Amino acid sequence: MAEPVHASPAHDEHHHEQSFWRKYIFSTDHKVIGVQYSVTGLAFLFFGFVLMMLMRWNLAYPNEPIPFIGSLLGDNRAPGGIMLPDFYNELGAMHGTIMVFLGVVPLAVGGFGNFVMPLQLGAPDMAFPRINMISYWCLFMGGVTMFASFFLPNGAAGNGWTSYSPLADIALNGQTAWLIGMIFLITSSLLGAINFITTAVQLRAPGMTWMRLPFFCWAQIVTAFLLLLAFPPLEAAGVLQLMDRVANTSFFIPEGLVVGGEVLDRSGGGSPLLWQHLFWFLAHPEVYVLILPAMGIVAEVIANNSRKPLWGYRSMVYSLIFLGFMSFIVWAHHMFITGMGSVMSTFFQTTTMIISIPSVIILSALFISLWGGSIRYNTPMLFALGFLPMFGIGGLTGLPLGLSAADIPLHDTYYVIGHFHYVVAPGTLFALFAGVYYWFPKVTGRKMNEFLGKLHFWPSLVFMNGVFFPMMIQGLNGVSRRLADGGISYDFAGEVAGLNRMMSVSAWCLALAQIPFIINFFMSIRNGEKAGRNPWNSTTVEWLAPSPAPHGNFDQPIEVVRGPYEYSVPGSDRDYVPQAEPAST
Amino acid sequence: MEIPYTVEAHPETGLNNGKIGIWLFLTSEVMLFGALFATFIMLRIGSDGNWAAMQAEAELNIPLATLNTAVLIASSLTMVMAWASLMRGQLGRFKLFGWMTVGCGGIFLVIKYFEYTAKFEHHHYPESSTFLAIYFAMTGLHALHVIGGMAWNAYFTGPGSKVFHTNRQWLTDRVEHSGLFWHFVDLVWIFLFPVFYLL
Repeated sequence: MAEPVHASPAHDEHHHEQSFWRKYIFSTDHKVIGVQYSVTGLAFLFFGFVLMMLMRWNLAYPNEPIPFIGSLLGDNRAPGGIMLPDFYNELGAMHGTIMVFLGVVPLAVGGFGNFVMPLQLGAPDMAFPRINMISYWCLFMGGVTMFASFFLPNGAAGNGWTSYSPLADIALNGQTAWLIGMIFLITSSLLGAINFITTAVQLRAPGMTWMRLPFFCWAQIVTAFLLLLAFPPLEAAGVLQLMDRVANTSFFIPEGLVVGGEVLDRSGGGSPLLWQHLFWFLAHPEVYVLILPAMGIVAEVIANNSRKPLWGYRSMVYSLIFLGFMSFIVWAHHMFITGMGSVMSTFFQTTTMIISIPSVIILSALFISLWGGSIRYNTPMLFALGFLPMFGIGGLTGLPLGLSAADIPLHDTYYVIGHFHYVVAPGTLFALFAGVYYWFPKVTGRKMNEFLGKLHFWPSLVFMNGVFFPMMIQGLNGVSRRLADGGISYDFAGEVAGLNRMMSVSAWCLALAQIPFIINFFMSIRNGEKAGRNPWNSTTVEWLAPSPAPHGNFDQPIEVVRGPYEYSVPGSDRDYVPQAEPAST
Repeated sequence: MEIPYTVEAHPETGLNNGKIGIWLFLTSEVMLFGALFATFIMLRIGSDGNWAAMQAEAELNIPLATLNTAVLIASSLTMVMAWASLMRGQLGRFKLFGWMTVGCGGIFLVIKYFEYTAKFEHHHYPESSTFLAIYFAMTGLHALHVIGGMAWNAYFTGPGSKVFHTNRQWLTDRVEHSGLFWHFVDLVWIFLFPVFYLL
């Protein structure tokens, strides 16, 4: 590590014992911030799941009172315990928003990225520790704003997580809270992205060349670029929609819009499609923000537990970079039915087909990595293995949606819901669970319980499929999304409407399946099996640090001498050779 | 614990952390204003030829905006002079040029204030037309950036300049970074001026 040339203004932190507030609340240590992000993310994932379980009641038993808690929801949400359609819309919009922006992104990027990436790079901390702290607290403020919006007189935003205009322009005041919350969340991600990229460029340990970076770090770097470049247009769109709402402008309102039988008193001249373009310019890269860190985690876990180098590491890295680039020019495949014309559709369906190639390369490389390995079926590996086919189903069901001819009948049906939930729920979430089980020893110094882990995995796998596979069947029958009664008021839903009960029961059982995880998580912090520095016999640099790692991370100088996945090297006395060990031993 | 390369340059990249950070931040700013310029184009194309009429009705004050352009360009000049003075170790001159930069930002905002109030007096509000809506959105956001840049420069020229005696390189680097941001804000105006007033 280079010697500091001068004393910088904030340097004397390690000389004295820090107060509780500096150490755990307003900490600048990337590991504490990573844990803050992770805990926040897990809490919001749970909250978003609760919203969905409420929705699933109304889908399975429309217009029947919600048992136990129905009376607690209040007359403006569920009079007599029966959910109002408006409240269903609120739950739907907030479920999407919370899961994407406050659940998966904080956990996958803020949590794992913050905690693991500097350790894997051999860095003492992030490049800008104080900005790191600010970015967490921006996220926190965004989360508080979103959560508090449920208690507004007219409830939270209910216009879908996409907040399409002009509906969102004229909706009640929950939407304003949503926009303010989003501006906090966007700021948080932008600051985080700047920090991640600078850290990866500047703070790699000596010898950590680009092609020696663990795949997880590559995934985080590409993700950071997506956040950096895709979020500002949504910020612009958010500001414009906010102006439409509070300053009565007409950015997204066309001339002569009729609302409630009367022509809206606005100047008009705006374009509702403009919102969709700006929104999806963010939101398509955003889905790669959700999946790329997951692929990174899975790659680490699979290499470690198949005791083999990743197959095709370079191809995977190049695919990742290509994927990141292409994700900026596919956004309008969300808009095939807007009438934007066949030329535009042709362009975007071509780019969409092209972007599937790098995803398939990465997935295939991960599958081939298993070939001939001595696989250890521990809990992180089970979740990583579960990720592969689940993400495969999610990805392949996306292909018909990328072609405009097939998308037109499938658009806004449950098929779409099934498709993207396969990608993010049993896909990304399984990868995130794999990451929690895998890096838990580094955070706490103790391993999580294997038996409870398996009790978490197997029911989760079954019930995830129980929730999402019937959605495909319903969608192919034409059942639309965003119907509070699950579509029973339409004839064509008749034969598949019964599946709603199966899906709802699966969802509630899925909640029960998370209980072993919650018990395991809290129990293992104090009572788990003690883990040394390297409980998984892994090669990457983070396992050279003490568990838990102190402020500043490493107690020995790190010099990287070889690639990240030197498992089962012929002639070696162990089946792993750490990245940063002198080559002679 | 020290973060490496906060002051000294990384031997491979030749840059310190802050320099990379500010350029990445400016990249995201390009995307932010890029999206707004794209919005401008979409609204103008979608206006069915009414754009010129809306622009004429808004009666934007070209002489005042020209003056403002000159003020901002002058402030970019003083910004560079401030940084160059620090490079030469002249704290007094740095403060002089630093405050001149902040002052130019202030003059810009005062002129902008008169422009805005003149619009309001004639009942030209953001809600009046899409031209005025995007005009207020973009110049307003730009004005917020000017305020941000002024605060940043005022901090380093005022209380932050104490670091000059303990860590001159650190201060010089930070002023260079705030200068990059200031030039960017200036550059955005160079685009806004013709787009709204002249075209």
